[in-house]
Amino acid sequence: MEKVKLTIDGLEISADKDKTILQAALENDIYIPHLCYHPDLEKVAVCRVCMVDVAGRGLTISCRAPVEEGLVVKTDSEELKKVRKVPVQLLFANHKTDCITCGKNDDCELQRIAKYLGLEADELNRLRFAEMDDPIDDSNPFFDRDPNKCVYCGICIRTCSELQNINAIDFSNRGYSTRVSTFGGGPIVESRCESCGECVVRCPVGALLPKTTEQPAREVKSVCTYCGVGCGILLGVRGHKIVSVRGDGENIVNRGSLCVKGRYGFGFINSPERLTKPLIRKNGELVEAEWDEALDFAAEKLKSCKSDEVAVFASAKCTNEDNYVIQKFSRAVLGTNSVDHCARL
Amino acid sequence: MTNSVADIGEASCILAIGTNTTQAHPVLALNVKRAAAKGAKLIVANPKEIVLCEHADIFLQHKPGTDVALLMGMMKVIVDENLQNDSFINERTENFEEFKESLKKFTLDYVEEITGVPGENAAEAARMYAAAGTASILYAMGITQHTHGTDNVLAIANLAMLTGNIGKPGTGVNPLRGQNNVQGACDMGGLPNVYPGYQRVDNPDAKAKFEKAWGVKLDDKIGLTHTVVFDKALEGEIKALYMVGENPVLSEADAGHTRKAMEKMDFIVVQDIFLTESAKFADVVLPGASFAEKDGTVTNTERRVQRTYKAIEPVGDAKPDWWITSQLAKRMGGKGFDYNSPEDIFEELSSLTPSYGGISYERIKEQGLQWPCPDSGHPGTPILHSEKFPSASGKGKFVPLEYRESDELPDDEYPLILTTDRSLFHYHTSTMTRKVEGLNRLNSEELLNINPADAEKYGISDGDMVQAVSRRGEVNVKAKVTDICPPGVVSMTFHFAESPTNELTNAAIDPVAKIPETKVCAIKVQKVG
Repeated sequence: MEKVKLTIDGLEISADKDKTILQAALENDIYIPHLCYHPDLEKVAVCRVCMVDVAGRGLTISCRAPVEEGLVVKTDSEELKKVRKVPVQLLFANHKTDCITCGKNDDCELQRIAKYLGLEADELNRLRFAEMDDPIDDSNPFFDRDPNKCVYCGICIRTCSELQNINAIDFSNRGYSTRVSTFGGGPIVESRCESCGECVVRCPVGALLPKTTEQPAREVKSVCTYCGVGCGILLGVRGHKIVSVRGDGENIVNRGSLCVKGRYGFGFINSPERLTKPLIRKNGELVEAEWDEALDFAAEKLKSCKSDEVAVFASAKCTNEDNYVIQKFSRAVLGTNSVDHCARL
Repeated sequence: MTNSVADIGEASCILAIGTNTTQAHPVLALNVKRAAAKGAKLIVANPKEIVLCEHADIFLQHKPGTDVALLMGMMKVIVDENLQNDSFINERTENFEEFKESLKKFTLDYVEEITGVPGENAAEAARMYAAAGTASILYAMGITQHTHGTDNVLAIANLAMLTGNIGKPGTGVNPLRGQNNVQGACDMGGLPNVYPGYQRVDNPDAKAKFEKAWGVKLDDKIGLTHTVVFDKALEGEIKALYMVGENPVLSEADAGHTRKAMEKMDFIVVQDIFLTESAKFADVVLPGASFAEKDGTVTNTERRVQRTYKAIEPVGDAKPDWWITSQLAKRMGGKGFDYNSPEDIFEELSSLTPSYGGISYERIKEQGLQWPCPDSGHPGTPILHSEKFPSASGKGKFVPLEYRESDELPDDEYPLILTTDRSLFHYHTSTMTRKVEGLNRLNSEELLNINPADAEKYGISDGDMVQAVSRRGEVNVKAKVTDICPPGVVSMTFHFAESPTNELTNAAIDPVAKIPETKVCAIKVQKVG
């Protein structure tokens, strides 16, 4: 990709020719406040927060303006401060501000912008209406939709249409009544939403939040255990439990995308119904046993069978290493090639 | 898959046949939908009007079990209109003339009569696929789970070769594998006819190689497949079963037969993470570690070997499967099972599996590699068959085909075709997904999808409990009246133990692949009460 040179706040930077001013700035660790921009999505330039001053051109929306050789960009000036404040004040006008208990606290684009702009309380409340009190849509078992925190950036809507091609949600109504809505306005769970959670991942504020917002203590790379696509995941661990799953953006197969099972279907791992002890049938009942007893018993019984009286099922849900050992056991120890698995089912 | 998941975006035409992609392979379906949104042509061929049809340019709603007729009809159009890729046929394939001869009978009228698809639609799809330049075929169990599943796959391979749509980006014959490591389980020789790397057990060289590596004498007799094991158990020949991570009582066709076979067996060892419906038949149950509790590798549908890492300790006294099997082996006097880690095992298996020969834990630490990857400098193979095919001549062989009917067709007593399907919210027999409360809420029970015309005929309203009956069994299930299914065809998933769909299905198998015909059986439905 051809590079161009431009200056942002006096700093000369180089950027790929197909980038916008906002992208070039962010890649060079220069923050320009923004809300409706998302790297995965088309640029719609609706929030007006990413305004910059381009020499010879004046106020410019940076998320949509392509970089050009020799551009001179200012990200801050008295004028910019002024023009940025109004849209942000409007966004705060009916935003529910229970920040400390909000699952998005400390990871919220609106907080970040307010902090960057240095808004004072009276400035913040200048255009403030009575706080919105729309009902929260908690119909989905995995995430909640709180319209009182929506900033109308449209990222969820564009995610659902551009990336997922599902189109479960869109803007409804006009002006102050604008809402992100399902078709007909019913609860999300009754819409055509597939619960993939891709909108939840991208929501810049607390309008779309997973039901459980506890953060993991560490994350471990893995591969989703459901279908054969093999999406890369990051298992979130807290203590001895898996508490979250994120799509692995580095993985070449899914590039971070996940479906409902991949993202939210991990609860079986720590299910109380898991088998935790070997079981042996005694007097018709399966009763708990120690490993030595169970293994010795199984080994003894299998050993008493002739090679052509025994069969082995390997597992499409186990690892390559597990399966290699299982078929080796079948062939080299039990002496039979009657080893198969559920590939046909 | 001959090609890669990401490669789907390179196709200018995608034919998705016998795959309910958005439900069964949702993230791969994103690539299909995005390609269609960007202008790639999408042809969906499916007995049901699945969600993917919303994105399709052409929807071919053929009757279940008529894929060969549909594909042969499309290929006849391509040949008749001279749309085939002659240079590819001449340079890369053989047996074309014999194959061409077998197309003769598949006139559009004949195809329409068998498939129910208007001839002109099939012809238009054929032209669209042939004209695309790069066209990819995706398929899944809708193609394979038939008594003529092998013919279906051969028809797909014929179509790809006829138009030269194989061996280059944006093309390919792409089966979408169902389970997270079904590809790997096959690669590792979890099959009765092959050692790891598809080295045949009846090939003396392969046998000698594994005898040397494992230090034992091996049997050159091909073993029994999954479906046949249960038949032999009922006949008293198979007396014991060691079963890892599988639930045949719900997943096997004609499940009643499977249950009887499991009851009859003398000794069953089950190794699993839950006490499944099948584990309840066991004499010994060994608790395995889940995927999050052990290190290892899995191989996805595009042949990519990827690393998984242990995130937590196994719950309770559960142990990794490789450890459990090795313990059994050692207690039975087996040698060569003293593994200290999965990496030990991987080193052994990659030294014996040529297509995995160049893969190591170090190399796939960050990103997986696609086999064949024969040596440590090899970058892996995103696209198969780019220069030659893995046959003796190196050429792809056209196979002449006949249309064969499904084993059990509807009649006066059992007038409806039942075809099985998958839900987005559950997985296979739901051993795992039914333990997730939210997934249970999103899809809480089995539904029998039935066309409004059929529902009216049998006096069934939406939400009624009905009894579905086949020659093999009966199942109570809630009816969903929907025109997703055409008249004469009903569908059910097999995710719910409360409505065990496979009590109904037909265990007749494909003679080559030994796959049961779960996509077509005859049933009747009647309202309960």
